[in-house]
Amino acid sequence: MSFDELYREQIMDHYKNPRNHGVLENFSFKFFDNNPLCGDEIEIRALVEGNVLKDVRFTGKGCSISQAAASMLTEIVKGKTLAEVQQLNRDNVIELLGIPVGPVRVKCAVLSLVALKNGIAEFHNGVNKNG
Amino acid sequence: MSQMFDVCKIRNDFPILRTKINDKLLVYLDNAATTQKPKKVLKSIKKYYETTNANIHRGVYKMSEEATRLYEEAHAVVGKFINAAAEEIVFTRNATESLNLLAYSLCSSLNAGDEILLTQMEHHSNIVPWQQLAKQRGLKVNYAEINADGTLNIESFKSLLNNKTRIVSVTHVSNFLGTINPVDELSKLAHSVNAIFIVDASQSVPHMPVDVKKINCDFAAFSGHKMCGPTGIGVLYGKKELLEKLPPFLFGGDMIKEVTFEDSKWNELPWKFEAGTPHIAGGIALAEAVKYLKKIGVENIQKHERELTMYALQRLGEIPNITIYGPSAEKRSGITSFNVGQIHPHDVAAFVDRFGVAIRGGHHCAMPLAKLLCVTGTARASFYFYNTKEEIDVLVDALKKAQEFFSMSENSNNLTNNLKTYPNTKNEFSERLKNPSQKTKNEENKNKIKIQGVIEE
Ligand SMILES: Cc1ncc(COP(=O)(O)O)c(C=O)c1O
Repeated sequence: MSFDELYREQIMDHYKNPRNHGVLENFSFKFFDNNPLCGDEIEIRALVEGNVLKDVRFTGKGCSISQAAASMLTEIVKGKTLAEVQQLNRDNVIELLGIPVGPVRVKCAVLSLVALKNGIAEFHNGVNKNG
Repeated sequence: MSQMFDVCKIRNDFPILRTKINDKLLVYLDNAATTQKPKKVLKSIKKYYETTNANIHRGVYKMSEEATRLYEEAHAVVGKFINAAAEEIVFTRNATESLNLLAYSLCSSLNAGDEILLTQMEHHSNIVPWQQLAKQRGLKVNYAEINADGTLNIESFKSLLNNKTRIVSVTHVSNFLGTINPVDELSKLAHSVNAIFIVDASQSVPHMPVDVKKINCDFAAFSGHKMCGPTGIGVLYGKKELLEKLPPFLFGGDMIKEVTFEDSKWNELPWKFEAGTPHIAGGIALAEAVKYLKKIGVENIQKHERELTMYALQRLGEIPNITIYGPSAEKRSGITSFNVGQIHPHDVAAFVDRFGVAIRGGHHCAMPLAKLLCVTGTARASFYFYNTKEEIDVLVDALKKAQEFFSMSENSNNLTNNLKTYPNTKNEFSERLKNPSQKTKNEENKNKIKIQGVIEE
């Protein structure tokens, strides 16, 4: 099996068995974002304690890249501070995916990160407080 | 004639078809997006720049005169191809620009409350210009509905025609469903209320004989790059008497006869609509493409594509859980949209690319139609005369592998359950498509191909 295929296997694993998939009942903020061009959509819900992301869950639909990236992202952001998450960028997501992502699909790849960062921004502004 | 049609020989005219993608021979099945270019067309571009490059309509020296002659002749060649005169052919950048030209120039004489009739299966470029002009000028845009089998609902079309309808603009062939619309009949209906009748011929002129006089359309738009020509050159056909009355869209050099500081007079047809230095090489190369298509024979092209489409529908039908959109083979062109189970069309397209197969995945610039079909997109294979049955086999094998690759295990915490919550899955249209009489019709289909308009839940 080639290197490329190994990585793909990891993506498929996250796509078929997404981590942190589901609805968080007790959350501090949620954010929905979509990519109408591709039809990908993601809703992220997160529980914040102090300035740390205590728990993150997502729901959504779309292509394997968008859904696997969301799954991978939720794994690495749990336990990070909000400031640390705000530092993440598209390169970090592409690195997580481990495959070259073309200009069209990069939007799929970063959808969950954009949603999460927007959610944090709204949370800071007090727009999105919940329980 | 048909013995002369030799695909192997034809393929030699297209150097790009020898390209290897991921170590596999390219199988190019995205011809509705753009087609490949034969050597003759490529050579004509090179030759123009190497031997004849000069600006047109200005120089009195020999080279400029020669460039002018070739560029003007190109209008005649393209015109003849669709049974129009040279002066009825305006070169634009593409079909989109042709339709924008019409929207701006025609709507300038419309009044608030006037109506424009389109169909639900239009490409964005035959929706957005009208929609935006309508907003500016208080016009109303109506959309004729489509039937569950992806054909146009003529009753709906008729019911939306009235004495306020000023413009009717309809695609000849849907780039999403492959549906061939009965433009002759629609033309009569549109003219019965004195509306202007426009045909978006982007997906028809390259693939079937089109006679604008027979259709009796007032205007038609198509793109050179979808018919073996280069990108950046498109066509607007207009009846002479209408083009004469139509105000210009772009102003500047070359489109004027006389300019004073106060006012200007317009140049004669078609130059009145070709402001500024045009894509001279592109126009000349497009004429070369037309000559090439004529040599192969548009009837032969149509026949070959029909055979490929029948074969593709049959072979695709073998794939479990495939949904094929659009009408039965007789009513469609060489465009086939489908979805494989719940696999996202991007995943399908990216997966088959690993086998060298180029197909499109997405909404095909018809988002309103995709929404109507309750899909975020489809995978689409679209053929041209250089494609072969063997290439369809490669596609089908790759799709079967894709299905295996993306299959979800029963107990995995998968995402497909979530698909049902997508807000578009319930609307009036999807309900209508579940009409049982339609299903029986589909079931009768001999080839047992699931041809329908919507994914069933
Ligand atoms: C039916 C139809 N109309 C218009 C267009 C627009 O063509 P272009 O992008 O060349 O302007 C296309 C191209 O996809 C098409 O298929």
